[in-house]
Amino acid sequence: MTPRFLTHGLILGAFCLGFGGLLAATHRLTAADIAARTLEDRQASLSQVIPDALHDNNPVTDTVTLMDAEGRPLTVYRARTQGKVTGVAYEIHGSGYAGQIRLMLGVGADGRVLGVSVLAHKETPGLGDKIEAKKSGWILGFKDRMLGHPPREKWKVRKDGGEFDQFTGATITPRAVVGAVRDGLELFAARRAEMLEEPR
Amino acid sequence: MSTPYGTIMRDGLWDNNGVLCMLLGMCPTMAMTATATNGLGMGLATAVVMAASNLLVSLFRSWITQEVRIPVYILIVAAMVTLVDLCMNAWMHELYKVLGLFIPLIVSNCLPLARLEAFAAKEPVLPSLLDGIFMGLGFTLALTAIGAVREVLGSGTLFADAALLLGPTFKFMELRLLPEQMGVMMMILPPGGFLVTGLLVVVKRMIDVRAGKSIQMAGAHSAG
Repeated sequence: MTPRFLTHGLILGAFCLGFGGLLAATHRLTAADIAARTLEDRQASLSQVIPDALHDNNPVTDTVTLMDAEGRPLTVYRARTQGKVTGVAYEIHGSGYAGQIRLMLGVGADGRVLGVSVLAHKETPGLGDKIEAKKSGWILGFKDRMLGHPPREKWKVRKDGGEFDQFTGATITPRAVVGAVRDGLELFAARRAEMLEEPR
Repeated sequence: MSTPYGTIMRDGLWDNNGVLCMLLGMCPTMAMTATATNGLGMGLATAVVMAASNLLVSLFRSWITQEVRIPVYILIVAAMVTLVDLCMNAWMHELYKVLGLFIPLIVSNCLPLARLEAFAAKEPVLPSLLDGIFMGLGFTLALTAIGAVREVLGSGTLFADAALLLGPTFKFMELRLLPEQMGVMMMILPPGGFLVTGLLVVVKRMIDVRAGKSIQMAGAHSAG
């Protein structure tokens, strides 16, 4: 009985070893390419929120990590011209109709929004997905907004008495995005010195 | 006891179609058929995994003992899925951005596992490879058909973003058949998947009945 038991174990073990080795080899072979593609993706999403004219460095590799209010690390990408930080970009989150909406927010050194882009969302197709730049121009409306423009109590969708349009049939999604951008700008206001490397 | 190649091909594509006849692989079928393009991409990725795992299981069939066959099959399918995932991420990145999230879903598809058990474990290498390819293509066909119906009714387009999946030369496939506001949103939401899949199963059976064939329905090992 025992020898047969052993045989099965050995067969299973041999297959695990063989396919484990195959996967390890594939991982080695693809790791460099995957890392390069990930970097390109990040570059593409950053270029949507930081205009090229604002920097002569590569913001993807010029990062600083801050701890946010909840103690989670936040990577801030910095655009520089001649060494001076002209703008920053970082990821912000909103809670949408169907889970988390991940956005990238670009802020100029003067506190104005440079651009917002959607990284990932699970909102309803045809309704909430109008936050995507390729579905409608809504998200471009944040450009040049800042805290105080509109005033804080107006940083809401129209339905809540604010100044931003909602979509027909979808209020939760734009509400989440407007809230996320506002929170993002408040984070910038609070952590400005660290993000811009200004002397304290 | 080898099955003729013609029968293997016809079984995979139509007579014993994985989705429309055996009702296997419902999880990716529902999740990935909001557009015809997504269905096509998911189907092709599954076909690659099925061909590779059928080939491997058939190759090693004399070493895989009855007692450990299920873990070995799962190991092989999972390894092939990870392999496809890594390779696509590295070398077909545009396609990976469209399908990436759904590649791991292939593991939850019980169609590959069913073919390993029912076919590749008993048959020689060449028929097994053929079975993997044609079962995979039949799966692709079903997913693309379901996706096409849902997309036309739901968004009014057909093969939207096909150029992302297949390359810029296929831009001509991207059609708009109905104006956007005519789309019935339910069709691109999960209920549409069930409705359209059910309807297409009926359509396939009606065609078979017309042709005077006896209906095959292997419902015994469904789910998954």
